[in-house]
Amino acid sequence: MSQVNRLAAGGRIDRSKPMSFSFNGKTFQGFHGDTLASALLANGVGIVGRSFKYSRARGILGHGAEEPNALMQLHQGNAAVPNPRATQVELFDGLVSGSTNGWPSVEFDLMEWVGKIGGKLMPPGFYYKTFMAPQKMWMTYEKFIRKAAGFGKLSLEPDPDTYDKLNVHCDVMVVGAGPAGLAAALEAGRSGKRVIIVDEQNEFGGTLLASNQTVDGVDAAAWAEQATTELVGMANVTVMPRTTAFGYYDHNFVCALERRTDHISPVSVSGSRQRLHRIRAHQVILATGAIERPLVFGNNDLPGIMLANSVSTYINRYAVVPGHRCIVMTTNDTGYQTALDIQAAGRTVVAVVDSRHAPDGRLVQAAKAAGIEVMTGHGVIEAQGSQRVTGAIVAPLDETGDKLTGTGKTLSCDLIAVAGGWSPVVHLSCHTGSRPVWQDDVAGFVPGPTIQNQHLAGAITGEYRLSEALNAGIKAGAAAAGTESAQVFNCGDESEGAAQALYLVPHTKPSSRAPKQFVDFQNDVTAAGIELAAREGFQSIEHVKRYTAMGFGTDQGKTGNVNGMAIVAKTLNKSIAETGTTIFRPAYTPVTFGALGGRDIGVLLDPARHTAMHPWHLANGAAFENVGQWKRPWYFPQAGETMQQTLNRECLAVRNSVGILDASTLGKIDIQGKDAREFLNRVYTNAWSKLAPGKCRYGLMLKEDGMIFDDGVTACLNDQHFLMTTTSGGAAAVLGWLELWHQTEWPELEVYFTSVTDQWATCSFAGPNSRKVLEKLCTDVDLCAEAMKFMDYREGTVAGIQSRIFRISFTGELSFEVNVPADQGHYMWKKLMEAGEEFGITPYGTESMHVLRAEKGFIIAGQDTDGSMTPYDCLMGWAVGKTKEFSFLGERSFSRPDTARADRKQLVGLKPKDPTVVIPEGSQIVMDPNQPIPMDMMGHVTSSYWSECLGHGIAMGTVKGGSERMGETVYCPQADGRVLAAEICSPVFYDPKGDHHND
Amino acid sequence: MHHIYCPYCEEAREEEEYSYTGEAHIERPKDPAAITDEAWGDYLFFRSNPRGIHHEMWYHAAGCRRYFNVTRNTQSYEIHETYKMGKLPTVTAKTIAADTLAAQQGDAS
Repeated sequence: MSQVNRLAAGGRIDRSKPMSFSFNGKTFQGFHGDTLASALLANGVGIVGRSFKYSRARGILGHGAEEPNALMQLHQGNAAVPNPRATQVELFDGLVSGSTNGWPSVEFDLMEWVGKIGGKLMPPGFYYKTFMAPQKMWMTYEKFIRKAAGFGKLSLEPDPDTYDKLNVHCDVMVVGAGPAGLAAALEAGRSGKRVIIVDEQNEFGGTLLASNQTVDGVDAAAWAEQATTELVGMANVTVMPRTTAFGYYDHNFVCALERRTDHISPVSVSGSRQRLHRIRAHQVILATGAIERPLVFGNNDLPGIMLANSVSTYINRYAVVPGHRCIVMTTNDTGYQTALDIQAAGRTVVAVVDSRHAPDGRLVQAAKAAGIEVMTGHGVIEAQGSQRVTGAIVAPLDETGDKLTGTGKTLSCDLIAVAGGWSPVVHLSCHTGSRPVWQDDVAGFVPGPTIQNQHLAGAITGEYRLSEALNAGIKAGAAAAGTESAQVFNCGDESEGAAQALYLVPHTKPSSRAPKQFVDFQNDVTAAGIELAAREGFQSIEHVKRYTAMGFGTDQGKTGNVNGMAIVAKTLNKSIAETGTTIFRPAYTPVTFGALGGRDIGVLLDPARHTAMHPWHLANGAAFENVGQWKRPWYFPQAGETMQQTLNRECLAVRNSVGILDASTLGKIDIQGKDAREFLNRVYTNAWSKLAPGKCRYGLMLKEDGMIFDDGVTACLNDQHFLMTTTSGGAAAVLGWLELWHQTEWPELEVYFTSVTDQWATCSFAGPNSRKVLEKLCTDVDLCAEAMKFMDYREGTVAGIQSRIFRISFTGELSFEVNVPADQGHYMWKKLMEAGEEFGITPYGTESMHVLRAEKGFIIAGQDTDGSMTPYDCLMGWAVGKTKEFSFLGERSFSRPDTARADRKQLVGLKPKDPTVVIPEGSQIVMDPNQPIPMDMMGHVTSSYWSECLGHGIAMGTVKGGSERMGETVYCPQADGRVLAAEICSPVFYDPKGDHHND
Repeated sequence: MHHIYCPYCEEAREEEEYSYTGEAHIERPKDPAAITDEAWGDYLFFRSNPRGIHHEMWYHAAGCRRYFNVTRNTQSYEIHETYKMGKLPTVTAKTIAADTLAAQQGDAS
């Protein structure tokens, strides 16, 4: 197929590099330098998609990020990319593209008839109004709505590409490389400051690339090339094309997405496909330009109706004229440039229709001189055609543009270029919380006050003329770099006529009866819909947005918002300044999840911590559990075992002989200083004044509200040296907690905290034979029961290694913990396994550890407690010192009325009535299962296991007033209808007198 | 994302290195047993939560592990100053109001 709309000469495409691509299954030709949009237009493709709600035929409206219609489905298989704008897709040979919707095809779409017939039945708020009741039917409706309303499709296969992130710093960050941005970057760059300039397009220059103006006598595009070359040549300037600054965050933090290979192939051949730059800038210059507004008139969404400056861009930059007989509808002088461009390209300008009554700017004169027919005081009130525009009804308007003053006539055309004025791209300036302000002379919102180190240059401030943009760029660059510059550019563009603010072209019928007048093309929001929303009482612009969906989605109201807000204001008889604007949020254009994830995926998502013995666990078939970032052995299954069989075997080994656990992950904090003891007194509930060297003590740590926060055993190594252990997951929080109190409240105490969790490996072995195992390896410590008692600490040599030996127990059995420097941990573990072989030493994991401790009623902070349990709630008043001199953290809260209540939830044991039952953890506890729903909730089950050594299920749970309810029966109703009964009992199921660990 | 100057490291670092740890200058009662439940409850739970200038503590968790104070605007996220534990702020809601008034009077004259 030939490129019917391609000009023989001109443009920035490379005709020596033809490229073949497909769209909706058909093959077309384009050139290097084309976007997918320019190539489609060159080939005369009109319909590129179907609209969101009414399924109307839609064509290309714009030429960049503002494009609302031409969302594409790119590439195939695992490389599929949904929803990029055709205007931002660089063409490459072999590109496969298609529309995101349309069934059976975009040219002939059955849903369009649903839209036409049902359109009247789909006012704004349609979903809320229609699918409200019955509520349970929503699931049914939703399936069909989603199917009908969807855009592109994701691949369900893994993404074949890699992505990465870069943290970057600079003195001056310039967003946008149009005339203002280039001038700013030049000025800042020449000062020697570190500058980063980004632009979303493949080439720097912005509007300069499609301009027929001159800069100081140099052709605009040539000046852009010179400026870019100079910037690239500066060592202190980083030049990044194909990079979108999509978010501007607090303290001058800018996130930018660099598309590294999207313009080359569907999948990156080498390196990352996209890169996320996280830029911290001292100064930010926003030179993001402006977006032309469409005009709102009947059927203004027909293919063949385009933004005027987009038409000019296609002609001048891509050598594509998207029509033969063109009408330009304008409210300002820029539309005349498009008329001149169309005429210069050899196509017919039927007329320039100008809403103003007496325009006489430089471009108006030029158009008249070129013999172009100019109809002043007129407007296009309705476009005609079904699949493409075939004509326009043009009618006279009054001076304000509010009313028709006569009857219309129909002009035949196949292209309507619309120039409705400009909207500064304020999106990024909004991201940090700055609310845009309406400026009447600009007829648009400009960035509001900000606290960021931010500068503005060019069209973003409403300075639309080229010379203004360039000079503002120099000023902003100088301000950001702290320099001064007297440079002034001359572009010969001094005189320009005033624009008219025209947001809705009147029709002979009211909006509700006229052909649809679209405001937001992507979300199918019409003028009538917005007026209806306002009449229905939605007066806040934020509510109108949410009710109508105006400005939603990937479009973010780039073309439609100002027109829509003006229509709201008019309906409410307010000014636009009064109704205000919604706030734009990141991202400016969509960002792939791949880039946001970068390399932080899979095994790199979160660091995994391994103990010194990890290789042994791997080699011996451990199943692992995540505890914080630690990988801990969960259980050690043997061939043919179920998990429960493994647990039973492991637990019985501990009870009957000896088992061994890798306890290295327990947090270990080394505490030294002459006031260490006093510090412990203040942060723990119990007394530490008399703990002698060589002794250990269990401590509870509370928050000031009296609730348990962490627990663990602390050993006194000498009078000024303690070793505290914490829960595996709580180590960092406990260290921060100790530092907090030391640094903020008690800096006078001389005490130092050092995390030594990773420096020591811990082998914990428990069971009646554990002493015999240790005796085989340790000869310089007297381990007999009289010499080394329960809760004693010794230093000695184990298997030839200087070790710290603790006689402490989390299982209720005779138990020792041997701590060795981490690099000796694996060796020590193997030595203990060898020494224990004759006793059948059995490695066990965290699950058996949980069962063994639950049999003894030992709590796990964070499982049996949840930040609302005091020591008394856990029946652990024995761990609270009653006569401590200093009011330790949390003590005062015990006497608060709520903390002292007798009917608080208390942690008790639960013995299932049916001994074979294991009550699911998390089960709710009630006293009367026959009570009508909602039943009185008495508490819940916190821990529950099968105890092989006891031969029945055991559980711990919280029950209101539980300590006074021993022997009572409670019930746990289950989702499946079962009701499990249990008896409240002491949580110490095994060896209540503690004979075993005292052996 | 905040960029916070650590007064101990004497460098501005990314927010990711820090943890927010609540309102600053809340002193633990010297003798908790001697105060009423209400006063203890105030100390435990009640925080000023202003819209505007707020003095708060941050913890340089992935840095020097020091706690320090930050004067920050909770609405704009502007950080006016950071200062060491035990020091008092030089910027407060009062000083800012005074500065604003002075600037307005300056404009008027």
